[in-house]
Amino acid sequence: MTSYLLSRTLQTILTLLLMSVLVFVGVYMVGNPVDLLLSTTATPAERLQVIQSFGLDRPVWEQYWTFLTHALSGDLGNSFVFNQPALTLILQRMPATLELAFVALVMALVIGIPLGVYAGLKPKGFLSKSIMTFSILGFSLPTFWIGLVMILVFSVKLGWLPASGRGETVDLFGVPVSFLTLDGLSHLALPAFNLALFKISLIIRLTRAGVMECLQLDFVRFARAKGLSETRIVLVHVLKNTLIPLITVIGLELGSLIAFAVVTETIFAWPGMGKLIIDAISVLDRPVILAYLMITVVMFSLINLAVDILYSIVDPRVRLEGDS
Amino acid sequence: MSNEANSGNSVHSRDGTDVERASRSPFRATISALLRDRLALTGIIIVTLLALAALFAPLIAPQNPYDLAQLDIMDNRLPPGSESMSGLYYLIGTDDQGRDLFSAILYGLRTSIIVGISSAAIALVIGASLGLLSAYAGGKTDAILMRIVDIQLSFPAILIALIFLAILGQGVDKIILALVITQWAYYARTIRGSALVERRRSYVDAARSMALPDRSILFRHILPNCLPPLIVVATMRVAYAIMLEATLSFLGIGLPVTEPSLGLLISNGFEYLLSGDYWISFFPGLALLLLIVGINLIGDALRDILNPRREG
Repeated sequence: MTSYLLSRTLQTILTLLLMSVLVFVGVYMVGNPVDLLLSTTATPAERLQVIQSFGLDRPVWEQYWTFLTHALSGDLGNSFVFNQPALTLILQRMPATLELAFVALVMALVIGIPLGVYAGLKPKGFLSKSIMTFSILGFSLPTFWIGLVMILVFSVKLGWLPASGRGETVDLFGVPVSFLTLDGLSHLALPAFNLALFKISLIIRLTRAGVMECLQLDFVRFARAKGLSETRIVLVHVLKNTLIPLITVIGLELGSLIAFAVVTETIFAWPGMGKLIIDAISVLDRPVILAYLMITVVMFSLINLAVDILYSIVDPRVRLEGDS
Repeated sequence: MSNEANSGNSVHSRDGTDVERASRSPFRATISALLRDRLALTGIIIVTLLALAALFAPLIAPQNPYDLAQLDIMDNRLPPGSESMSGLYYLIGTDDQGRDLFSAILYGLRTSIIVGISSAAIALVIGASLGLLSAYAGGKTDAILMRIVDIQLSFPAILIALIFLAILGQGVDKIILALVITQWAYYARTIRGSALVERRRSYVDAARSMALPDRSILFRHILPNCLPPLIVVATMRVAYAIMLEATLSFLGIGLPVTEPSLGLLISNGFEYLLSGDYWISFFPGLALLLLIVGINLIGDALRDILNPRREG
């Protein structure tokens, strides 16, 4: 276990370093941020001063080294646009994104698992076929367009739900959250469902496949022979074995929800870090782009690591590498 | 293929399906199975119609919506069914620049299909070659390649595309490149999985004992047997690539505004959605939806046909 953790941590650090070099050099090659920062009427002296104050006159590797050493001490540079630490900017917006992603994940599980179990138990039924058709649709619907249609129907035509913003927030352990107020919940409903739609389809399919596979296994026949009630077999034995592979998926999907929040946040004007990065890309705010990417890479690596460890705990048959 | 034909002719059964399948080439058997599946047939019809419409867009479209000389700004944001001063009939309305939306959608479909298919094809060639190499070489090559694949697949496609587009900038070539980078790993993993199984089959031993060169064993014997799962993955990936292109263009980091693109049309209409001008976003999205649903229906049926072990 220890050696596994060690090698995984090393691998994560290596990934991070590679990513930082790739992104740094890449972002460096694109355009010249000075042109965007200065007005066209700026004098050459002003220009020089800006270049020097941001350290843009030094060679790339030197800028990278400065970036890396500062990054290790928690300083990812100041945003060119906001003139604030990029890290602070992102950390301020992170709770909103995480809230959206978590609510979407819970929605996907609460809707997806029961539908999937039902479709797996009665694969030939009409309702099951409808559920599966819905899941094909859910895979195919362009999420961003569905978001627009949802705004059109629920906000513009019916006027039931708000189309943008976070609504009223309350502080939970010093972090503003929306899901504890009625107004916040009504603001969360559309974006969270929009984000969850794709995942609902995925979870329906995985649960259904898992249930169908489980029903063929010996332990289910044994449980039936023992005279256990069908409800107990399904709810305890089948479900438990179906949920194990779901853990891996949930972990990976949480990451993908955070990434796809970029789209949902843009549509619903949700003030998260996804909206920040899109704006940063369009104005070439290098420190913010870099900081966002570094933070997401760290976050994803941690999620992946947690999933792997959790999986080995839940399913003892799985052995971690270097743990023989 | 000729030996299969011999075995098939001697047997006749009433429903004829198994015999038929064995007697024809796998390609034709797959096609006929697809045509017998009602959902797949629907998908094929949708995709064919859209592809034809896109291909002949310059002939079908009432105007070239990306030729500024043909646009009349006075015609901007006309609702579906309006007519212009010059007598042009706007079936589904116009966008904020006075473009005929129907024409713009046809041109946008062209871009979608070109980007989707070319990125999937390039990713397939690169991914399949690396996957085959990985399975065949084994050892360190395999370990390193698969580690790269693992790491890449642990990041969502949209994030990787975002990184590369932030670096590369906008453009058709750039978005194709970004999509190839996000997708090659899926193909590599798929083909490696099946190649590892195929490698242990006796026909590979037979080919080896005949002293056939590695390259010929790899590409003429193992590769054809790995194709079925690869085709399924490729179909689904084309749909995903088209969706991702539209999404990235919608976000304003995919195609430049001068290119016809469904994502950009939807994004343009977004501004006017709240004031009730729904058609600018709605119809391009509908076209995108039809295209993606069509491809996925085919892909779903293909998976059932080519992979009999798995249900649904």
